[in-house]
Amino acid sequence: MGWLNAVIQGLLLGGLYALFATGLSLMFGVMRIVNLAHGDLAVVASFLALALVSGTGLPLWVVLVVTVPLFAVLGYLTQRVLLQRSLSSGPLATLLVTFGLSIVLQNVLLEVFSADTRTLDGGSFATGSFELNGSISIGYLSLATFVLACAVLVGIQLFLSRTGLGRMLRASSDDRETANLVGADSRHVYGIATAIAFATVALAGLMFAMRSSFDPATGPSRLIFAFEAVVIGGLGSLWGTLIGGIVLGVTQSLGSQIDPALTLLAGHLVFLAVLAFRPQGLIAGRTA
Amino acid sequence: MTDRMTLSGMLTSRAAAALDVSRAARSSKPSAAAMLAVVALLAALPFMVFSNVTDTLVNLFVLIALASMWNVLAGFGGLVSVGQQAYIGIGAYSVIALADQGVQPYLAVPLAAVTCVIFAVPTSWLAFRLRGDYFAVGTWVIAEVYRLLVVRIDAVGGGSGKGLAGLSGLDQTMRGALTYWVALALALATIVACYLLLRGRLGLSLMAVRDEETAASSAGIDVRWAKLVVYLVSAAGCGAAGGVITVSSLSVNPDAIFSVQWSAYMIFIVVIGGIGHIEGPLLGALIFFGLQQLLADYGSWYLVLLGAIGIATALWLPGGLWGLVRDRTGLSLFPVGYFVRGRGA
Amino acid sequence: MTLLSIRDLTVHHGQLCAVDGLSLELRKGEVLAIIGANGAGKSTLLRALAGLNAPTSGSIQLNGRDITRLPAHRRVSEGIALVPEGRRLFRSLTVEENLLTGAYRGRPGPWTVARVYELFPWMPERRRQNASQLSGGEQQSVAIGRALLANPDLLLIDELSLGLAPVIVRRIYEILPGIVGAGTTALIVEQDVSQAMRVADRVHCLLEGRSVLEGRPRDLTAEQVEHAYFGIGEALPAGSAREGHD
Repeated sequence: MGWLNAVIQGLLLGGLYALFATGLSLMFGVMRIVNLAHGDLAVVASFLALALVSGTGLPLWVVLVVTVPLFAVLGYLTQRVLLQRSLSSGPLATLLVTFGLSIVLQNVLLEVFSADTRTLDGGSFATGSFELNGSISIGYLSLATFVLACAVLVGIQLFLSRTGLGRMLRASSDDRETANLVGADSRHVYGIATAIAFATVALAGLMFAMRSSFDPATGPSRLIFAFEAVVIGGLGSLWGTLIGGIVLGVTQSLGSQIDPALTLLAGHLVFLAVLAFRPQGLIAGRTA
Repeated sequence: MTDRMTLSGMLTSRAAAALDVSRAARSSKPSAAAMLAVVALLAALPFMVFSNVTDTLVNLFVLIALASMWNVLAGFGGLVSVGQQAYIGIGAYSVIALADQGVQPYLAVPLAAVTCVIFAVPTSWLAFRLRGDYFAVGTWVIAEVYRLLVVRIDAVGGGSGKGLAGLSGLDQTMRGALTYWVALALALATIVACYLLLRGRLGLSLMAVRDEETAASSAGIDVRWAKLVVYLVSAAGCGAAGGVITVSSLSVNPDAIFSVQWSAYMIFIVVIGGIGHIEGPLLGALIFFGLQQLLADYGSWYLVLLGAIGIATALWLPGGLWGLVRDRTGLSLFPVGYFVRGRGA
Repeated sequence: MTLLSIRDLTVHHGQLCAVDGLSLELRKGEVLAIIGANGAGKSTLLRALAGLNAPTSGSIQLNGRDITRLPAHRRVSEGIALVPEGRRLFRSLTVEENLLTGAYRGRPGPWTVARVYELFPWMPERRRQNASQLSGGEQQSVAIGRALLANPDLLLIDELSLGLAPVIVRRIYEILPGIVGAGTTALIVEQDVSQAMRVADRVHCLLEGRSVLEGRPRDLTAEQVEHAYFGIGEALPAGSAREGHD
């Protein structure tokens, strides 16, 4: 029954990967920006929550309610101040700016918090679990993470398909100039897309922090997870990203079932296989 | 219509007669002499200064080589990779493995370049399936895969790395000097390779591809081939650099040698120095090196500063510092373009 | 009453001067057609009016307000909507979603999705289809509907007939009087001269970015139009045909 357990744990983990990858997918879909600081932003959120919890003694859910909107605002500002300018200087500039941001964030974290490995204490909820049957036990945190991730994805999907602004995000992704013609201020639309991306990254960062340990250099490997989920699922499709996240989660989980050292490698190899044999992703994408 | 054609034809030929098209910029000849002098001085340095100076310079030469290789890849080939640490790592481990087999470590450095080319051929098939920004992250994942595979090989030390065999017989001064010369040779070789590569037919193709890929391919330029050559050259250069790092540090650690930090160094050195100019990586490496020495006592703040300067350069000075120098003075140490000048001038 | 007033407008397209010191006026409720050969500057003029190309010099006034430097998205609120060349529907959006993007700025006016559906009766039953699955003529209708939902005072239509069968083009043009009747003024760019002469109240012929002929279709002879179009003989000064009826 170990294998079934591995699949279930991987599935639950995959939900978190999908939540985390959504921002990367959204920013690429709408602005054609691959945000290389994506993973580091999640780690920044983890450290921020850690500092808030230990500094103010606020309960974790308050920290969550503060951090996520704060990141949304930061995202909007980052887009308007940094990324918008880089968009007009060509694709290389956006890559360099986000990579620069990644290096800056990592090393600032290193100076402020040192290289020590940390975890965010989620209390009994984070460690508790219930037994499904003799061999399968499901952690409350894993399950809550998965449910929350799916809820957020549904929420974003509804926003994109049911609201005027959401439609305009998709329209801008298809054809920015024509979106301007029907009245979209692309700077604002891009700001909103980045705000959503940052908010989901913060949420995912907090979830990661409760599940596993982190240090200032964790960002890049997290970015790679997000990137793999997006590519495996197919570019520019939220449901594809969910599938991609789940495939990645299950693969890693099965890999670690064989040998714990194989966890990451198994995920990477599935990614490379998709790249080699189905470069358009498992779900050939519609945009955003 | 015919009248107009002849007229324009006459105008063109008359205009052409008044122009000189030449490869060498005005500054080429004196600068070539100056460069030879600098190279001679650098080569003689181990006889003139203490070994701590030459040991430090080894790092500078490695940075110059790496940055030049990233510049040729991204600045001329348009292949913005964040995964060249794959070849630094493979190069380093090749030297370790070859030394274990009894090959003299210094001779293993050029062989490491060859190993990297052998690995780069299948890798390129995979990586070239991704475009633009996705190529960048894709190459990074590939580098991670190489790291994860290497740590599974117990013969090269697994996750904790391994020391370099075969240099214990040499005395320390001699070893320092040899390492210095190998590093200097590497830096020179990468610069000369870039210059020769870009001067030739391939250079012209690459510049056409960089300016307009679709147009270049419809003009009969084999885009894929041109990019592959650049990718392989860059892999070879990074591999040799990885080899030099190993003979200099005498050991290898998988996490350090496959670290994405190397890409950060390469990218920001090139961007700050001036992407798409052969001189750019030289200038950028000197600045980076200076920054590193200056802020040596402040932990990793020099990286924060490097990232910030990199962002600022990407936004406000896309041609980098060398671009600025060239626009102001017209100076070009390694002219790879053609210069068109009026006869009178 | 003057709706649109363009004075000495010059627009560059890269190095090329695409519109060269052009002046024209458009009254409320008029249909003005701009004709001219390829590269005469027609599309650039429309793009400059919509705010996609920045003018080098000159001014554009709409309802007496200077909009020369406004970005494209703000001009939608001011009352300009462009049906771009090649339709440019959002290909991952459905027909209805494409229409709704037009209403994004929420400008008040007579046009609603229901009214657009009245105009194109085939549309309601295909409203959930992806815009990329439509034929060229259907796409053109959706593009017009999308622009109408912005409730513009001035509707700009660029090369409506491009790539469409003549019978389809005629059918789409048949709705133009209804649109103008609802209070919209139309400025259309049309390569098909006879089509333009049929639907417009007034035509301007552009040659190398300048207006070389202007007048009501019935006042212009075929020869005048042909000469202006191809730039044969001495180009007629822009004012020559105007004096008669202004």
